[in-house]
Amino acid sequence: MSGAIIVAERLTKAYGANIAVDHLDLAIERGEVFGLLGPNGAGKTTTILMLLGLTEPTSGRACVAGFDPLRQPLQVKRRVGYMPDQVGFYDNLSGIANLRYTARLAGIPGREIDTRIDAALKRVGLLDAGRKAVKTYSRGMRQRLAIAEILMKQAEVAILDEPTGGLDPQATREFLELIRSLKADGMTILLSSHLLDLVQSVCDRVALFNAARIGLIGRVDDLLREVLGGSHIIRVEARGRNLDAAIAAVPGVKRVTADGGALRVEATDDLRPQIARAVVGAGGDLTTIAAGHASLDEVYTQYFEGVRHAA
Amino acid sequence: MQREGSAFSGVGTVTMKELADNLTSTRMRLLELLIFVTGAGAAYSTIGVVKDQLSEYPFVFLLVFTYGHDPLPSFVGFLGFLIPIVAIALGFDAVNSEFNRRTMSRILAQPIYRDALLIGKFFAGLITLAVVLSALWLLVVGLGILLLGLPPNTDEVLRGFAFLLAAIAYGGVWLALALLFSVIFRSAATAALASLAVWLLFAFFWQMLVPLVTVAIAPPDPYDPYSTLHTINVGMDIARVSPNTLFSEATLAFLSPTTRALGPVLTTQMSGAIRGTPLPLGDSIAIVWPQLTALLASVIVLFVIAYVLFQRQEVRA
Repeated sequence: MSGAIIVAERLTKAYGANIAVDHLDLAIERGEVFGLLGPNGAGKTTTILMLLGLTEPTSGRACVAGFDPLRQPLQVKRRVGYMPDQVGFYDNLSGIANLRYTARLAGIPGREIDTRIDAALKRVGLLDAGRKAVKTYSRGMRQRLAIAEILMKQAEVAILDEPTGGLDPQATREFLELIRSLKADGMTILLSSHLLDLVQSVCDRVALFNAARIGLIGRVDDLLREVLGGSHIIRVEARGRNLDAAIAAVPGVKRVTADGGALRVEATDDLRPQIARAVVGAGGDLTTIAAGHASLDEVYTQYFEGVRHAA
Repeated sequence: MQREGSAFSGVGTVTMKELADNLTSTRMRLLELLIFVTGAGAAYSTIGVVKDQLSEYPFVFLLVFTYGHDPLPSFVGFLGFLIPIVAIALGFDAVNSEFNRRTMSRILAQPIYRDALLIGKFFAGLITLAVVLSALWLLVVGLGILLLGLPPNTDEVLRGFAFLLAAIAYGGVWLALALLFSVIFRSAATAALASLAVWLLFAFFWQMLVPLVTVAIAPPDPYDPYSTLHTINVGMDIARVSPNTLFSEATLAFLSPTTRALGPVLTTQMSGAIRGTPLPLGDSIAIVWPQLTALLASVIVLFVIAYVLFQRQEVRA
């Protein structure tokens, strides 16, 4: 069944002459984890606010869970859980009291509220901390409390804006695990991030934003193949003169670029043996040669560099 | 474009939450202290009523509210200052604090309209204000009964109650103003300062400005008595722009039953009147009906401006 749960058609938002989102087209399937990726200020948050009906689009149309966020915002907001960038809570209230307030606002029946809150807090591992005031919470705990709020609401769609922002690596790993478990429940998740590599692992599909537009959209593997042309990245660390020219002369090598103290080689195939021979043949001292994995960061850099050069 | 769903869903929840916040805050402890001190001040002036042997006055109980016993001002004079401060304290950070705590977008992502948030916050402030003023009013009435040794009669109770309602409406004006500034200014301190600046303008500078402006607009002609009357009327109209003037006129009519008019009265208009006799409550209300309406109208106008600005505000911080 093809049931796109979030649809955007030519969605545009302009603040005066400044265009934040430019003719955005998007269709997200039910149960998918979708990543909006791009640098800060690329229009990710504005897109999210338009999907939630919190900002009015200048033109274009959106449809979330079968409703128009502009005309039926309450229907949309009843079905969508939102975790804003740098989520805030009422610091002097406990985690439970904060959730109780949103539960009442969300119109959850009174007798269900406490059981739902307990279940949600247990799921995110905040059952013990629930009674403490939120001002004692760490950044990671606040973010998990925000996820508990979405769980409590039993939302069909979770929209997470920069969910890993400001988290240490350990907390980030736990958080990504939590997102995977939400996906396992069948929740549709739309998340935005400027940390491309980080979310690469959880997203089914991603859209790469640049300057108010979506440049690329698709499955992570497909993008890697498409943009990098199925090329292999090889990292070479060696001492010697004119090694880049020597490597570039190897048949099959497409590009050699300096990357810090090392050389980054793009090749059509895994040419590690040939490159090693070339380096040694040119009188270089080879210290490291490794196959690098292609990442979204590289896709992003390469694709948008290409766009800029073309322009 | 028609929105779907009620603008009022969530108003009750927001009101209860904000009310709980108001009543448990440190701010409320300070207000309670102020109430206590004001009540003590009123008790002091009541002692003055007894000492100065004013018991001949037909509405002796109302003197508890209006009588100033040196060096303290009267209770109503005190309230004229206290109410704006309390109302501003309750409203100046209503909206901007939600942005500063970064709770705004999370709350607005719940199935409620923005209307509910603003209306709920205003109601909570108004209820808190009403609770504070009623407590103070009861305290003063109780102390009055104890110290004077006589209970108020029905007319005095009703007049006192009408005065309480006028005081709440007056507080509503300042609450709506503070709420408006809390929408306009992202910094709570700026909003508080702006509210206090408006209060200072009306509490102290307005009475200095009024004669200057009046003479400029309607200079009196020494050969025409009617132009003098015109000047006085223009002056009163300008003075009534200030909610403080409206409140003190309402207070005067309610608590001094002998007040027959608030402006200049011609001798011809006084024919047949017996000087110094009190008016029935209905007539006192009729005298200040325009003042009461103006107070309520200011509350509504200020709230509507705050509402429109809030609706147009971007959610992102």
